[in-house]
This record gives sequence, C-alpha cells and structure tokens, in this order.
Amino acid sequence: MLSLLADFIGELRAAGLPVSMSEHVDAARACEVIDLADRATLRTALAATLVKDGGHLPAFDAAFAVFFALREPPTSEGADAGVELSGASGAGEGPGPGRGAGGGGALSAAEIAEMIFAALRDGDAGALRQGAGEAVSRYAGLEPGRPVGGTYYLYRTLRGLELDALAERLRQSLGAAREGLDARLAEDEVAARLEDLRREVERVIRERLVADRGAAALAKSVRKPLPEDVEVMHATREEMAQLERALRPLSRKLAVRLARKRRRRKRGPVDLRHTVRRSLSTGGVPLELRFKPPRPAKPEIFVVADVSGSVASFARFTLHLVHAISSQFSKVRSFVFVDGLDEVTHLFEGVEDPAEAVARINAEADVIAFDGHSDYGRALSAFHERYARDLTTRSTVLILGDGRNNYHETHAEVVADLRRRAKAVYWLNPEPAAYWNSGDSVIAHYGAHCDRVVECRTLRQLEAFVGELA
Amino acid sequence: MSLDPRAEVAERLGLAEVPPARFSSPGEVRERLAMSDYLSDEAIASTTFLADRLAKPVLVEGPAGTGKTALARAVAEALGARLVRLQCYEGLDESKALYEWNYRKQLLRIQAGRTESGGAEEWRALEEDIFAEEFMLTRPLLEAITAEDPVVLLIDEVDRVELETEALLLEVLSEYQVSIPELGTVRARQIPMVFLTSNNTRELSEALKRRCLYLYVGYPSIERERDIILARVPGVSAALATRIAQVVRSLRELDLKKAPSVSETLDWARTLVVLGREEIGDEVAAQTLHILLKYQSDIERATKELLGGPARA
Repeated sequence: MLSLLADFIGELRAAGLPVSMSEHVDAARACEVIDLADRATLRTALAATLVKDGGHLPAFDAAFAVFFALREPPTSEGADAGVELSGASGAGEGPGPGRGAGGGGALSAAEIAEMIFAALRDGDAGALRQGAGEAVSRYAGLEPGRPVGGTYYLYRTLRGLELDALAERLRQSLGAAREGLDARLAEDEVAARLEDLRREVERVIRERLVADRGAAALAKSVRKPLPEDVEVMHATREEMAQLERALRPLSRKLAVRLARKRRRRKRGPVDLRHTVRRSLSTGGVPLELRFKPPRPAKPEIFVVADVSGSVASFARFTLHLVHAISSQFSKVRSFVFVDGLDEVTHLFEGVEDPAEAVARINAEADVIAFDGHSDYGRALSAFHERYARDLTTRSTVLILGDGRNNYHETHAEVVADLRRRAKAVYWLNPEPAAYWNSGDSVIAHYGAHCDRVVECRTLRQLEAFVGELA
Repeated sequence: MSLDPRAEVAERLGLAEVPPARFSSPGEVRERLAMSDYLSDEAIASTTFLADRLAKPVLVEGPAGTGKTALARAVAEALGARLVRLQCYEGLDESKALYEWNYRKQLLRIQAGRTESGGAEEWRALEEDIFAEEFMLTRPLLEAITAEDPVVLLIDEVDRVELETEALLLEVLSEYQVSIPELGTVRARQIPMVFLTSNNTRELSEALKRRCLYLYVGYPSIERERDIILARVPGVSAALATRIAQVVRSLRELDLKKAPSVSETLDWARTLVVLGREEIGDEVAAQTLHILLKYQSDIERATKELLGGPARA
C-alpha cells in the first residue's frame, strides 16, 4: 500500500498538484485508520489529505480512477466484477474486437439494449454495471497495447448503444408531458440517467485499459492539466469550457485581493478627530492612533487586443479579467483589432457581467478592414492616429497578441511614440517564448519599444500579470 | 508511522492520557449526525472521522448555503460538545480572535493603587498583578483552547481575514496552543475538533491548507437533497420532496448568477407546505420561484427555460 501510495502521489505531482511531504505522511496515516477495502472511503481519505483546492479535484479523480481501478471491493456484485475482469484479460489475449459479436454466450445487441434500458429505468446500479460491461465488450473494440486514453472507445461504445433511441424510450417510460415544467424535469432526469450510463461505461473501459497496460502508463494518457495551467491557445473544447468556469472565481478572487492590497498599502495621515474620540474611553490618553484611509491614485488602462482567430480566446479572457477588476483602475478603455481597429469600451458599460460584453464583441465590433488577417502595423497605426492624444502619464497600454504579422509592415515606431506618451506599454503574448520571432512573428521589433513583453500562456500567468498591474 | 497521531498530539500537549477516539467508524459518524438532523454523505462522514483520528482541523469549502456551518453545529450536537464560534471578517485581529488585555480595567487598577504610598516594590507587585488572567478578555480561540468541557471550534468564513491574521491561526491549528508574551504558552487541555469554513473568495495560504484536511461540500445529489427536505421540513410528503429536489436540480443546471442553495430549497419546501400545495405545476412554480432565486434576471431566465419553453424532444 505504501509504495502504491507513493506512486499515486508521484502521478498527482506530475499532473501539477502541489503535494507536500507532510501531506504524504497524513495520507499514509489516514490509510491506517480506514477500511482500505471500501473504495469510496479510500477516495475521500486521499482527497482530504492530498488535495487542498476544489479546482484540483477533477485531476485527482482522473488519477484515482486509474490507480485504484482494479481494486474494487468484492461486494454483492463480486461475481459480476469477476466476469468483467476475465472479460478484460480475454480481450487482452486475442480476439479482442470480435469477442462480443462472435463469442459464444455473449448477449445480442437487442438484449444489451434491453438490459441497460431496464437498469436505467429502475435505477439498478448493479444491472447497469453489468450492462455497461457487456456493451463495452461488444462495441468498443479494444485493441490491446495501444497507448490511448480511452475516449475513442467510449465514443464507439456510446454510438453502438444508440443513445437517442434509448433516451426516447426512457422519456416514454417516465410518461412525460410535452410542455412546461413536467417536460423539462423529465428531460433533465433522462439526461442524468444517461450520464450515469456514460460514467459506468467509462469506468469499465478504464478498468480494462489498466488491466492491459498498467496504471502508471494509463495515468499518463488520461492526465488532466489543472485549469490554470491549460495553454489558452491550444485548449480543447472541453478545456475551454473549464477555463471559462475557472475565470469567474479567478477574477473575483483577484478583485478581492487587489482591493485589500490597496486598502492596506501605507496608512494615510493620522485622523485626529477619530483618535481624540477614541481616547475618551481611556481617560483622554490617546492609546490608539486612528488613521485616515489611504487614497492612492488609480492607473488608467488601455487594452488593445488582437481578436483574430488564433488568439481570440486569449483576448477574450484578458478583456474579461481586466474588466472584472475595473474598479481598481480609474478608467479602462478597450480596443479590438484584426486589420482594422474599433473601440469596444461602450459594450462593457452598464453590464454587470463582463462575460456578456465579451460575447458581444464578436458580433458588434468592426475589426476587419481588408482580408481578415492580423495586421499589427495597420491596427497600431490606427490606434496611434485616433487615440494617442488621450494617453497621459497615468495611462498604461496593454497590447495583446502573438505578434504574427502575416509579413505586413510592422510600423514599430508608433509603439515607440505610444511609450513616450504613456506611463508604460506592455505586450502580452500567449505564445511560448520559445516560438517568438520564428516564422512571421515580429515580436522583437515591437518588444524593443515596450517596457516588457510578457509570456501569458496560461490563466496563472495572466492572473499574475494583471495582479501586478493594479 | 507507528505512533498514533492522537497520542503524539496528546504527548505534546502534556495530557495525562490519550483521549479516546470520538467515533469508531465513518458509518457511526453518519448515524450520529443523522440523529442531529444532519444528513451527511460519504465524504463528509469519512472526513469528520479522519479529523478526529488524525487530530487535524478540517477546512470545509463549497458554495454558500450547502451546510458547511451546519456541519460543525451538528458535530457539536452529536458529541454533546459546546460550539465555540469565531466569525471571521476583514480587519479581524489578535485582540478579537485570541485575547486582549482589558486595559480599562488595568487603568482603574493602577489608579486605585496610586492612593496608597508608592514604592518600587509595590510597583513590581502591581505589574505582576495587572497582567494576570483577571485582566484578560478571552476571545474564541483562547476560549476553545482553555475549555475544560468538550468543545468544537468553528472558524467561520476564514477567507475573509487578511493573510497576516491567517498566520495567527497556524499555531492554534497545528499545535493546539497559544503563546501569550506576558503569560507564556497556554496549551489545550483536550484535542478539540476544529472546523474552518471558506467561501473561496480568495486563495488561502499553503501553510494553512497543509495543516488541515480538505473537504469540498458541493450541492447534494438528488437523493440526498430529497432526504434533507424530508428530515428538515415537517409535513412534507415524499412525492413533494422528490419533486422539489428535481426542480432544484434542473435550476442548478441553468447558467444562473446564483444557483439555489440547500437552505433556499428548504425555505421553498416550507413555503409550499404552508401554502398547502402537494403538486408543483407551472403556475405554483412561477409564483414561488422568487424564494429560490434572488436575482430578477435569474428568475426571468428560469421562467423562460423551465416553464415557458416547449420540450426539447
């Protein structure tokens, strides 16, 4: 158990979770006082001692499911579990894909469908587990030894099960109305049950893959990066949704932190009135000094963002984050461009949730002047021409983009002039620093005139930079 | 690894004997919490069990209104212990969390001493005197540490305090002791159960998290929510409870500003019982939705999505 635990923690660290030595010790101690055969308790014990952030739980669960997949307790469904395991080794040995279809004794497609339907309708977990096992044998077509994470097998199994028809049957069995609240509730109920099925199938596939290739190898294939470490430019759709979700609490936390920092930053002058008032209760001796709250000047922010395809999501995140903490700035003005430039500040005015405004940018901003390929030179010149006179020594300019100029002219001199007028010019680049200046990237030309070019590949880096700014 | 963590802590605190474990298994935790009308799930019960066995505080995180504070209250009730609560807020400091010298009383004492003939000897006596426990105002942390009777310490909304104040908690949480410069170190006379809750408005320090077990309490599953309604709302029928749980689950799926919490669900259930409704049709739902949802835009959205729209089928 101890060496398994050490391997497991190694995997967690590889996935980016910060697990300290003392937490390792705690986990080991926790394992001593619980019933190890109970998988749910084991999961809780490890999660409680090793994971200290709700956002890290999905990554933990992915690793846990793999490492402790075959250590199911031999409970009432012990016989079923045994069947599944032998099924797994059978798939590993030879016929594999053909086993379900041709093998003697295997259930037919209709029987499997019936079995799963009945299990879902009655909420019978044991039957569902068995059905999922059969379905995987029949449809997934597991190929031993392939270094995959199982997403493809999951897709094949679910396609084989014809979920739409299954959903329709469930809907009918629930006897749902066609409209209104009833219909919606039934719909969500069906969705929840199908989700159970999906999870069960996923679990079976994972068990068989672990049997085939071992936990450590599979863990590597299914490893999930933490939301704040996902590279924004290369995120998958699922990761993107995760990022969107992570952004809101992130910006809220940042706002709270900055507001606090601002209030604590150097105390203001002594508030005589308040101090004298307080001293009355101590016989006129001013034991406690009271201070006026500090009022440091707030900076002014100009965000100039490239919203062309490759970096659009990065621009969206940054605009969202900057506007979410706009109370920390005296003014925030936003501009977006591809090869033309448009001001979008008004979209954020009077909107409670910056996400709404960001969503409207795509539809409403006029950013394409010619062919729809980024032209930094043209866009920055336009910015300079129209808005440079608004810059003061309290303004900070943020330029967002990968600096890939499609071989247009750079017009780097306008950036130099912006810097002369403003307090600072920063360039945020979502590309890894190693790729800068390769191909059509001309970041060095612009970088020479910026105070700093910052690599912002992940939310973590972005948050750190925006936090420094305020 | 061989030394029991409870024995280790007891030795450090100088307790005469290792206090007996409070629970024998996670299952027992569950049963005893249920007797205090708190329906736990596997994670809550096991983490509480571990907190006792490992002698560690529990950091409870999750959305508002999912029963984080209620958990501490229920554990206290199940153990027959007193709940000592420290409500955190911005600007909370040592003098409000730990202890404070009652300097008004000290001043009075000094002034009273002046009338007598003063000497160096007398001053020393006086000095010793005014830093006695008599002149100290104990605040929740110290109170929990020094208590003789069984206590459960609840540090509520710990994410509201500043980073500096958080450091103040560390000594209490890991060593169960408090250092007071004038008096020396005060050690706990028992190993208290400690719960910290956080609404996650800011990142807590690594040091604090390392010293705690972590428990994430999310929205309950539909079955558990139904059971909670049945346990907490008198006069509700099983059918109605199921129905309520279903509606709430559907609402939480929507992209709302503020999803309905468990406590709001309970409010809604009570309202329906008072109104004498056994069924939730479209009309009843539309009339009472404002109990579950607190933003006008959320109510509009829910009405549109749940009630107005035709079935997606």
